[in-house]
This record gives sequence, structure tokens and C-alpha cells, in this order.
Amino acid sequence: MSGLSFIAPKTVEEAVRALAAGDGLTKCLAGGTDLLVQLRSGRARPEVIVDMKRIPGLIGISEREDRFIIGAATPGAMISECGPLCRAWPGITEAVDLIGSQQIQGRASLGGNLCNASPAADSVPAVIAARATCVVVGPEGRREVPVEAIVTGPGQTSLRKGELILEFHVPKPRPHQADAYLRFIPRTEMDIAVVGCAVNVTLGDKGVCRDARVVLGAVAPTAVIVTEAAEALVGHWLDEETLGRLDAAARRASKPITDKRGTIEYRIKVAGVLARRAAAIAFKRAGEC
Amino acid sequence: MTFIGKDLKVVGTRPIRPDGVDKVTGRANFGADMTVPGMIWGKIKRSPHAHARILRIDAEKALRLPGVKAVVTAADFPNIAAEEAFAGEAIMDFRDLSRNCMARDKALYDGHAVAAVAASTPAIAEAALELIDVEYEVLPFVIDVEKAMAADAPLLHGELFTQGIEPKPTAPSNIAKRINFTKGDIEKGFREADVVIERRYTTRPVHQGYIEPHACVATVAADGQCSIWSSSQGHFMVRQYCAHLLGIDIANIRAAAAEIGGGFGGKTLIYVEPVALALAKKSGHSVKIVMTREEVFRGTGPAAGSVIEVKLGAKKDGRLTAAEVTLKYQAGAFPGSPVGPGCMCALAMYDVPNANVTGYDVVCNRPKVAAYRAPGAPNASWGVESCLDELALALGLDPLSLREKNAAKDGVKAVHGPTWQNIGYAETLAAAKAHPHWRAPLGAGQGRGIASGFWFNIGGESTASVHVNEDGTVVVATGSPDIGGSRVSMAMMVAEVLGVAVERVRPIVADTSSIGYTFLTGGSRVTFATGMAATEAASRVVDELKKRAAVIWEISPEAVEWRDGMAYPAGQNAGAFEPLPLAEIAFRSARTGGPISAEAAINAQGPGAGFGTHICDVEVDKETGAVKILRYTAIQDVGRAIHPAYVEGQLQGGVTQGVGWALNEEYIYDKDGRLENPGFLDYRIPVASDLPMIDAVLVEVPNPRHPFGVRGVGEVPIIPPTAAVANAIYRAAGVRLRDLPMSPPKVLAAIDEEKG
Repeated sequence: MSGLSFIAPKTVEEAVRALAAGDGLTKCLAGGTDLLVQLRSGRARPEVIVDMKRIPGLIGISEREDRFIIGAATPGAMISECGPLCRAWPGITEAVDLIGSQQIQGRASLGGNLCNASPAADSVPAVIAARATCVVVGPEGRREVPVEAIVTGPGQTSLRKGELILEFHVPKPRPHQADAYLRFIPRTEMDIAVVGCAVNVTLGDKGVCRDARVVLGAVAPTAVIVTEAAEALVGHWLDEETLGRLDAAARRASKPITDKRGTIEYRIKVAGVLARRAAAIAFKRAGEC
Repeated sequence: MTFIGKDLKVVGTRPIRPDGVDKVTGRANFGADMTVPGMIWGKIKRSPHAHARILRIDAEKALRLPGVKAVVTAADFPNIAAEEAFAGEAIMDFRDLSRNCMARDKALYDGHAVAAVAASTPAIAEAALELIDVEYEVLPFVIDVEKAMAADAPLLHGELFTQGIEPKPTAPSNIAKRINFTKGDIEKGFREADVVIERRYTTRPVHQGYIEPHACVATVAADGQCSIWSSSQGHFMVRQYCAHLLGIDIANIRAAAAEIGGGFGGKTLIYVEPVALALAKKSGHSVKIVMTREEVFRGTGPAAGSVIEVKLGAKKDGRLTAAEVTLKYQAGAFPGSPVGPGCMCALAMYDVPNANVTGYDVVCNRPKVAAYRAPGAPNASWGVESCLDELALALGLDPLSLREKNAAKDGVKAVHGPTWQNIGYAETLAAAKAHPHWRAPLGAGQGRGIASGFWFNIGGESTASVHVNEDGTVVVATGSPDIGGSRVSMAMMVAEVLGVAVERVRPIVADTSSIGYTFLTGGSRVTFATGMAATEAASRVVDELKKRAAVIWEISPEAVEWRDGMAYPAGQNAGAFEPLPLAEIAFRSARTGGPISAEAAINAQGPGAGFGTHICDVEVDKETGAVKILRYTAIQDVGRAIHPAYVEGQLQGGVTQGVGWALNEEYIYDKDGRLENPGFLDYRIPVASDLPMIDAVLVEVPNPRHPFGVRGVGEVPIIPPTAAVANAIYRAAGVRLRDLPMSPPKVLAAIDEEKG
């Protein structure tokens, strides 16, 4: 039978060497909630699996004055149970809490969710909406890139041979800044987003929006930052007219496909609905903090 | 002997299930848990084509792979002739079954087994599958039932001529059978009607969704003695079918029932067992086969998808004057959809003077359908119960009152023939009307629906034996695999008859060589039929215990009474001796005539018909089309609930599956006829959070043909949910959904269309 090697490096350098070596397919293992399923179904047939979880810093959440640092292999359960993070970015932690089931969240990580590069990844839109960055390490050293620069298409990332994501840096919210994430699934849990939408807003005087980011998931090959939707919000209260323009902008930005999880027409409609609903939650939260 | 109306001590209580500890601690042995020394692993190669001629199968490369022990194809199975067999709730043909387990000449659906390999490890077997070279001639295929009925449809079977048409057709067809029932004068009935509603409803195939994939271990000894361990709804069925498919004497097969992780009808036939036997015979090793979830979806039976056309006529007061129903059911690759039971159930609940029901059994390039909980009835009732709701709205009548006005009662002759006796449909409607749910207020965007369901239930052959142990404990052995908690019910009925505590009675499922023939677990028959056998065996044990007491006391057995687990001297001897408890008699059995045991082998008759009425509240999200079930009440005439918690569990489980059928479950095929969603991620059965706690209301109209009054209960509850949900959606959102599943995109499209 073809060999499958398993390496569990204890340092970043060792991990980078393992990932850079060999010509065959090498896969990073964090929680394994996508990889093990792919192995079992035969969709992924790697020659080498490199476990991320023993590398110092890959699991854990720490706080600096201006940011949270989340290890790339930190399980979802740790993220959604982290009080300061939940208070700062309820949209992010709620998004993580939507992934799979309680058992899945005991394993699944931000790094895995991002690098699996599914357009429907639940944690990704909210993390992008918070303008988070990733620290990437590889044979050529260390670089910090915006989260939205990682995924280039379904199953495709910009990571180069030998590179791995070490951690996520999420800036702390400014006064009156808050987020929200909503997804639509046909069931109540254990499902993949048909549409996901994260809204991150900062309010100014009298509740007028000063800054916004709206990110849609599952409606294009990658998560989409909808600039036009953010523009619809900035300078406005969240009144009916603003909501209408937001809805229209979200729909225009949606370029979904029809597949077994939803039709083009349905996904576009729901993208607008979720943008409105997520914005309402984010505005309410921003007004209260 | 009847216990109906008597004061009972055990029946009607809720003891802890005897198989519970093993199940919650993971010790229970399911199909895949068996391991035997020297065992190797079987894997099945499946067709990637919806319809293809098999030109050549070359296993040479696979056989050269180290660790591969055997490869089998259809050439390793006898090419048997057509022969129909009774399969509980459907007719089954052994020739078709053989060809479903291993394709011969043609692959008829994506996932159809074409070869199998046995190897020393699962990974080698998996690798060997890819080395088996199959050359196909891909043929045009047909998936949709009405397209399969068309004159120009690709034909699955050149030798299939529609039955039930006179004169016999001269050209083959995908329509295997046409069925027709009539009553009265249908034309006259519609002429008399003040209102006529005619609608078309459709359903998609749905899978039984049992959590445990099919699994077995088969051994063929050097002298030809075979043993099979497998997860099925009938190990006697496994034995019989394997014997037939492989040409083995029945006495040479010993089949044992594994614990079963759900069947719902889908394990009333075999898939892997004959393949494992053929591989075991060829390789000389015991062979284990465990299906993957993908194989379960691609290769095993769904329930039929269907088209249901309903035309109802009624007077202004709601009295039905005529009903015409046409049912077109997908059978999958071989004839045998449950359209027959569908036709019978369609109008069974109603007293309709004039009716015409026509059914078509249609083959198409999908897996062969298998029984699924009240097979055929959910489809038919989806149409009729939805149409009745549309009729109620057209007449301006309350849908419950409309049903009350037309409900079948004792003495009414049903459209499909029988005259009803001892039925409790009206009682379920009365219970619905009296239930607080029926009058509870609803919020904006919410709606309430009601629907009813009927199922025959069956009896049949069962054997049970009751052994009294030396210490006074008792074993009750039956041949019925326990798929719904039947073991505890057996123990309870035996304990009631013997007058002992249920904990003193250990129920077991004996293998096919250790107990007499017992028909499979299906048709909601086990608590009724096997329970009747167990009750009878226990009664014989009581007779024997009385005899033994008589021997000890040296009096006539007629002068002994049995009550509360003890023998009492009666009549002129009353009070002459201290009562003898069962344990005492058991302890002294060697000196009074030897072991105390009795067996009852019966063909149980008189299963009571089951009726249920459900009330469902939903809330519809008008922007996404999502439907939320807010409240659900399932009311059913259960005859007599032996273990009420289990009966409630049956109602709740049936509703859950029915709601899955209603809202999200469907097979998605690509343009080449390949299944795109063979897994639980995209084949969406309900998860726990999709449903509220389901309120199960047990109405008890005893079945006089059973000693405790039992009726089958497991199947009725899957019938009403689809229409109950649709009827509720209409009242919540003003849109009538007539195509299942009522998934969010369809509901939203309907709402947007209504808005214009």
C-alpha cells in the first residue's frame, strides 16, 4: 500500500522543514475535521501529514493592548468560551460556534477553516470583517498578511510550499465598534452555509455609521468584501432606505453557483436578507458598547 | 385468554430496557462489531453509470495484488429464475433480489454492485476494487417516474410487460403493474358534488436513514455449514434469502441477529450477506463486509418517489361524494414499489361512497426501493390529506370537522375491500379536538395544520419459548430482532402472565437454529404477533407450574390457581396448603417432572388497524422560506401500550422522519444520473434542534384479537406529518406547497410568486 507519513513537529522550524520537504502532497493537520473526512472519502490522498498542534503558540488565545492573538490550531470551543473575545467580537465567536457540532468544535480551528478554503467557511467572513491578519511562516521567513489574502479559490490558497499559518491577529474594537455574523442553512445545525454574512460597523455621533465592512460567504469562489455594501452604510443611520441599499449591494456582489446546497437565485435573495439582519444586530451592539 | 379490561401490574408501566446499559456504554454488538478468527474483509465494486451493459469484468490485476483472496461477480451466483416471495409489506422476486445484490448483464443504477473482492485488510480490498476492470456500454437512462412511463423511455428490462392490463400488452414497458380499486359510481359521485377539487402532488425518494450501515460477517465451513452474523430486521429472512440466492439448504445456514442501529423497513431485504457468503466460500475465510454511508445511499433502498393525483367531490356540508386517486410510484431498478399498499391506504380513512383508485408501479434507474415505515402510505396520504385541506378551505369548513364528517367507523366498507371493525379513527379525531393544542393561540406568521394516517399492521408467523430457570428467573426467547424495544415488551407480557417482576424475566433474540421460524420484524407486527406467541408460551408455563404444584400437594391440577406469581390451592383445597411461589416450584422441578419450559409457534391473525391524527404548528420566515416546527402533537390509537414510553418513542420517531420527508430530505442527481448527495451532510434528515418535543397522545381502543389488546404502532406516525406541515404552512404563509420536500428555496419561491 502507498505509504502515509505522519509528522508531529514540536517547533515551527521543524514544521516548515517537514512541509517543504518531498514532492508529493503534504497536508497540515489541525483539528482534522475536514482532512480526516477527505482522507476517508479518498478525496485527499496525501503522502505526508504534518500535525500542527504540538507547535508552541498554535493553540491558545492571548491578548495584547491592541489585539487578540489566536493560535491557528486553537479549537473552536476555546474561542467561543473565551470571555474577552466573546465580548469584543461576538460575531466572530458566534460564527465559530456555528461550525458543525459541539464535538466538531472541540477540534475545528480558525486556521483549518481558512486553509480548507471552502467558500462557505463560517469563521472566515467575520474574521475578515474585523480586519484581522494572519502570521504566515515558511522557508523564507515570516510575513503578516490580511486574512482575505489567503484564500484564492475553492480549495486554493496563496500559501507557498513549506508555509503554514501560525496565528491570527484580531485588532480590538474601537469604541462603538461591533460585529455580527449570520448564516442560512436549511436545518438548525450540522450543516454548511448556503449564504453567510458578516457585518462589522463603527458608529459615530448619534449612531451614524463611520466605518463598515460587509463580508459575504458562500456566494462566490471566496469570501467577498462588499465595498458597495459598506458604502451604503457609512454616513447613515440604519433606516429603511439604508437597509434597502445594503440589501441591493449585497445581492449585486453575490456571484454564486447553483449546486446541491442552493440555487443562484435563492442565494442572491438570501444574501440581501442576511446583510440586513446582520447589520441590524451589529448596529444594535455598536450602539450599546 | 384475555387480559383486556383486567387490572394489570406490569403492562402499562415503564421499566428500564434490558438492552439499555449495553447501548449507552457502547458494549452492544452491532453488525460491524463482530470479529472472528482468520476473518478477512470484503468490499463491493459499484457501477458509476445509471444504466449500462456490462461487457466484461477482468479481475486478474486485482487477484495479483498481495493479500487479495477472492473476487466474485454475478458468474459466482446461480442464475435463478423468477419466483415471487412474500416480503411482509411488499412482493419480492428472488431473481430481482439476486440481480440487485450483484448485477448480471446490466447495471441498472449508479451504485449497483457489479463485483466484490475479499482481502486481508480493508485497505487492500479498497485498492483491489480499483484494479477490477469493468467494461461498460453506457445506455440511456431514466430517473423520473413519468418520463419512465413514456412510450419512448429507455427500457430497463426487455422482458417486463405491464401486469393488470387486459389484453396483455405486446410491447415491454417500464410500467411493471397497474392496480385499480373501485367502489360505487364515480361519475355519479362527482355529479352529486357541490365542490370538486383536483390537484397534483409529488414526492421525492427518501432514504430510511438508519444510523447503522449494513454490515455482516459470513463463514462457510469446510463441510458447507454457513453462519451469518448481520444487522437485519429478520435473521430468518437473511437465512431464507441467502439459501435461495446461493442454492444452500436452509438447515446449513445459521443466522444470528446483531443489535440493529435502525432499519425502518430498509433492512427487510439483503444486500451484503450473499456477497459475503460467496466470498467466504471462494476464499475459505470468514468475510466481513461493512458498507460506507455513501454505499448505503447509492446502493440500498429508498422509499419510492411518486406523483399523486387527487380529485375529491363533496356536498356543501362537507360530506364526500366521490374520490379519484391516481398514484405513480418509482420502484427503482426492479418492480415492487409499495404502490399497492399506497392505493389501499389512500382512502382507507374515509367513508366515500364512490371511488376509483389507480396505481402504477414503475421501474427507473435508481436503487431498488425498499420498505420504509408504512411503505406507500405516506405518499398517498400526502396527496389525499393535503387535498382534503384544500377542500375544507374551499367549503369554508374546519379541517377537523371535515374529517369527522367523513371518518371511517366500524361497519363501513373501505374502498379497498374490508369492512372496518374495532377501529379507533374517530377516537383520535375526538382526542385532537379535545387537546389544548387544537385551541392554543397562534402568533403572526404562524399556522396550524392537521392530517391523519392509516396503516394496516400485520400479524404472521412467530415463535417464542419461555424457560423457567432453577432459581425462578425466566428467559423468554423469540426469533424477532428487536428494532423498537420489543425485548422489554416481551419480558413485560411474560412477567404479567407469570405474575413475577419484569426484572426476573430476561428477553433474548435467539438465532435461527435455536428457535422456531419467525417472520421478520416489520409491519408493526412484533409486539402484536411475537407478543401473542410469548403470552401463549407463558400461559403454558403457568399450566405446567400449576401441575407441578399439584404434584407437590398431591391434588388435582384443576384444583390449583395461579395468581401473583404463586400457586394457590383452590376449591375444596382452598387454604389447605401454603401458596407455592414460582421460585420454589422451579427449585423443586427436577423432582416433579424436570425442566419447566414451553414454546408457542403461531401464525397470528387479527392485527388491529392503526389510525393517527396529528396537529402541527409552524412559523414561516417569509424572507428565507425557512419553516420552523413550533409545536407538534401526535395522537394515535395504539390498542394497548405495553410499554408506553416505547410507544411514545415510536410516535415521536415516526413524526421526526415524516418531518424530514416534509422539509428537506431528497436525492439530488446530476445530469448523468449519479447521486450527488450520498451522505448526511447534504441529505438532510432532521437534527434534534429542528424539532420541538413531540407530544405523543396514546388513545387506547383495544384490539380484541390480542390478549392484551395490542395494535401495531410503529408505522402510522410517519404518515400524517407531510400534509400536517403543508397544511400548517398554508395557514402561516398563504402558500400551498404540493411538491416535497418543502425546502426553503421552494417555500420562498412560492411566497414570492404569491406576492407577484
